[in-house]
Amino acid sequence: MEQAAHLSRSLTMTAPFSWIRPEPWGIHIVPADIWVDPSRPVPRALVTHGHADHARGGHGETIATPATLAIMELRYNTRDGAVAAAYGETIGLGGGVSATFIPAGHVLGSAQVLLEHAGERVVITGDYKRAPDPTCAPFQVTPCDIFITEATFGLPVFTHPPIAEEIGKLLTARAENPDACVLVGAYALGKAQRVIAELRAAGHTDTIWLHGAMEAMCRLYEDHGVALGDLRLVSDAPSKDAMRGAVIVAPPSALNDRWSRRLPDPVTAMASGWMRVRGRARQRGVELPLIISDHADWNELTRTIREVNPQETWITHGREEALLRWCQLNQRRARALALVGYEDEDD
Amino acid sequence: MEEFAALLDALVYTTSRNRKLALIAAYLRAAPDPDRGWALAALTDGLDFPAVKSNTIRTLMKERVDEVLWALSRDFVGDTAETASLLWPEPEEPAPQVDLPLAEVVARLAALTRSTAPKELPGLLDRLDSKGRYALIKLATGGMRVGISARLAKTAFAQAFAVSVEEVEEYWHALTPPYAELFAWGADGGAPPDLADTPHFRPFMLAHPLEDGEVDLADYAAEWKWDGIRVQLVRAGGETRVYSRSGDDISATFPELLQALPFDAVLDGELLVRGAAQGGEAGGAASFNALQQRLGRKTVSAKMLKESPAFVRLYDVLLAEGQDWREHPWKSRRATLESLMPRLPDTHFDLSALVEAEDFAALAAIRDTARDEAIEGLMLKHRMSPYVAGRKAALWYKWKRDPLLIDCVLMYAQRGSGKRSSFYSDYTFGCWAGDPDAGAELLPVGKAYSGFTDEELKKLDRFVRQNTLNRFGPVREVKRELVFEVAFDSVHASKRHKSGLAMRFPRIHRIRWDKPAHEADRIEGLRALVKD
Repeated sequence: MEQAAHLSRSLTMTAPFSWIRPEPWGIHIVPADIWVDPSRPVPRALVTHGHADHARGGHGETIATPATLAIMELRYNTRDGAVAAAYGETIGLGGGVSATFIPAGHVLGSAQVLLEHAGERVVITGDYKRAPDPTCAPFQVTPCDIFITEATFGLPVFTHPPIAEEIGKLLTARAENPDACVLVGAYALGKAQRVIAELRAAGHTDTIWLHGAMEAMCRLYEDHGVALGDLRLVSDAPSKDAMRGAVIVAPPSALNDRWSRRLPDPVTAMASGWMRVRGRARQRGVELPLIISDHADWNELTRTIREVNPQETWITHGREEALLRWCQLNQRRARALALVGYEDEDD
Repeated sequence: MEEFAALLDALVYTTSRNRKLALIAAYLRAAPDPDRGWALAALTDGLDFPAVKSNTIRTLMKERVDEVLWALSRDFVGDTAETASLLWPEPEEPAPQVDLPLAEVVARLAALTRSTAPKELPGLLDRLDSKGRYALIKLATGGMRVGISARLAKTAFAQAFAVSVEEVEEYWHALTPPYAELFAWGADGGAPPDLADTPHFRPFMLAHPLEDGEVDLADYAAEWKWDGIRVQLVRAGGETRVYSRSGDDISATFPELLQALPFDAVLDGELLVRGAAQGGEAGGAASFNALQQRLGRKTVSAKMLKESPAFVRLYDVLLAEGQDWREHPWKSRRATLESLMPRLPDTHFDLSALVEAEDFAALAAIRDTARDEAIEGLMLKHRMSPYVAGRKAALWYKWKRDPLLIDCVLMYAQRGSGKRSSFYSDYTFGCWAGDPDAGAELLPVGKAYSGFTDEELKKLDRFVRQNTLNRFGPVREVKRELVFEVAFDSVHASKRHKSGLAMRFPRIHRIRWDKPAHEADRIEGLRALVKD
């Protein structure tokens, strides 16, 4: 009896890809006993990027890119257990498993993780996008057997227009409201800096005013070589009038908050992939929807699966049903993982 | 078409009423005739293209997009027109970049039949970008849902051309799209439209709810608020029409009324059907449930006319004896109405009686004892009030009796649409079929999607997501844990529901996060409240 149980266990261990196991709170790399983006504290974790739902605090050891570790330090005030892995550097995790961090193009420091064990290759994308972004390294297609992808915008209605068009809309609104201001809601990590960097690239050199919650992260980006130009805090503005005709960037939660009353007649904008859907914009009282996302849209998701061309696609979070359907229609093996704790952040 | 599409898009994203008015007014001033008339018709839901329905669009989409991907997308977006505008495949060869005038688009849509629509619509959609496709589908299928009311559009017209909105309202219902006479008068300074001898609708006078205050019965008269449908009966040039509260012509549904009015007049009253089942006055009215059997029919059977004949209980007179009474105080109109009664056949008309009481407290006591199925509460009308369109403060009040309440358990939640898209905002709830502690089940008794704040909606949405047992498309079945205190006006026997009961106007009164589900009410309790 005991022997039979032992036998069946060893069989499971040697079955293809049995060393990687999706659990509700993260992906478990069994031979190394290490978790990828776990949603609760574990002894050892690989973290793909700094957004709070992927980078939780309290792990014994956290392996991530230097920029992601810096972002986590900013948020959790500690570097305990931090182990830095540079892009492209392969590190041994133990149990015959190695990991390589590869740029994911999502935000500063974001990475896909390539895991290799016994000749089998698994790529976990974390969050990613394919559109160019001046604030982070571009996504690299990495061939693998199992491709574990996100699906935040995994519905065919989600196609993100070129960012230049959306930045153009923002600058037009600003020009049309010289006595008011345009208040842009943007996620404090990644989106805000990307919008600012794109504004600069479009030739907008004026002061951009920031909500206080943005300051530290913008400074961190600048320390990592992303130039953001002249930034000032709204709380340091000498008067309302100083901000007339300006662009102001704040976290989405501040858009309809009392905080925004100190601004001169703001036109409320929001930079998010969800702005593709009118109802979503109206729910938030957004007057100027800017379809700007740090996630892959439907075409990027499907194109990436085609280019990576894995034996099997696993879908972690988002609109997994639709992407699963697409895989089925295209004769690709796929499954949805029931992970918990990843949110539809304000992207 | 491009200008109209841009207007619609701007309206969607504008929350301020003043900015909406300014946007519409600017469009109406700038757009040419008859485009702007068609746009005004579209904004006030005044267009109907019978050959194009939501289903036509769904069918077109299913020929172009995988059915499952379409359903998942539609479910997420919460709006068929918008989903289709986003998923319509861009044509391989770019279409001519010539903008079609709105009038031309309307003419093409009007010329469609059920068989030509699926062939012709794709060509139109191919010429447009996603914004234009959204506008076209909204235009074709009706129901703009851009957060503006017909009243707001008329106000914008008045604002655009500096005329009074009351005058616009007065002409509005006598005219048809594209409202050439209205623009000739308002925009081009021509003579007002000639409305003599047309049996057209006049806007209803409406009441504010009486919340907490009291009124002095020396100033206000009281009458019952009957539970039928408010109608306006109009006879002009020998022709009679029946209009519903929204101004829809429902004459065909109630043919027995079309020969009943022996003189030209405009009368305001409650349409009811005769009923024997319930008490009330002699020749009384049946409950709303009985009237409901007759609503929404295009043809009426002889049997139905015999079994549930309709009559009008009169409240007010707007025009009679060749005179417009609307400027006169209520008490003069009431006297006029009373003087007209002998000339009206009592088979089809009676007079809504006044409720006399010593003082307000006595009136309250009368209201509370009246649990007649045909009575919703009391109306309080200022004796000096003129008959004015819409709700004017302090002239008329409705004083509804308190609702009935019952504790139900949330069973299913469905995603909302429009502003609530992707929120689980429509709730189906049930009562226990027996003792829940002895294993009894819940039976659904009703559905509600109002009565809670936006904050509560967020909490409810979270509850639904975290307590899902099963998913059926846009519907989720949830754990039987959350109790709603549901308010409703009445409950009736119904064959449509498994519980055999149907509630009238159910809405969430309170969310009882604190109450254990097994303490919710049982179905017997609800059944005991059935009156018909």
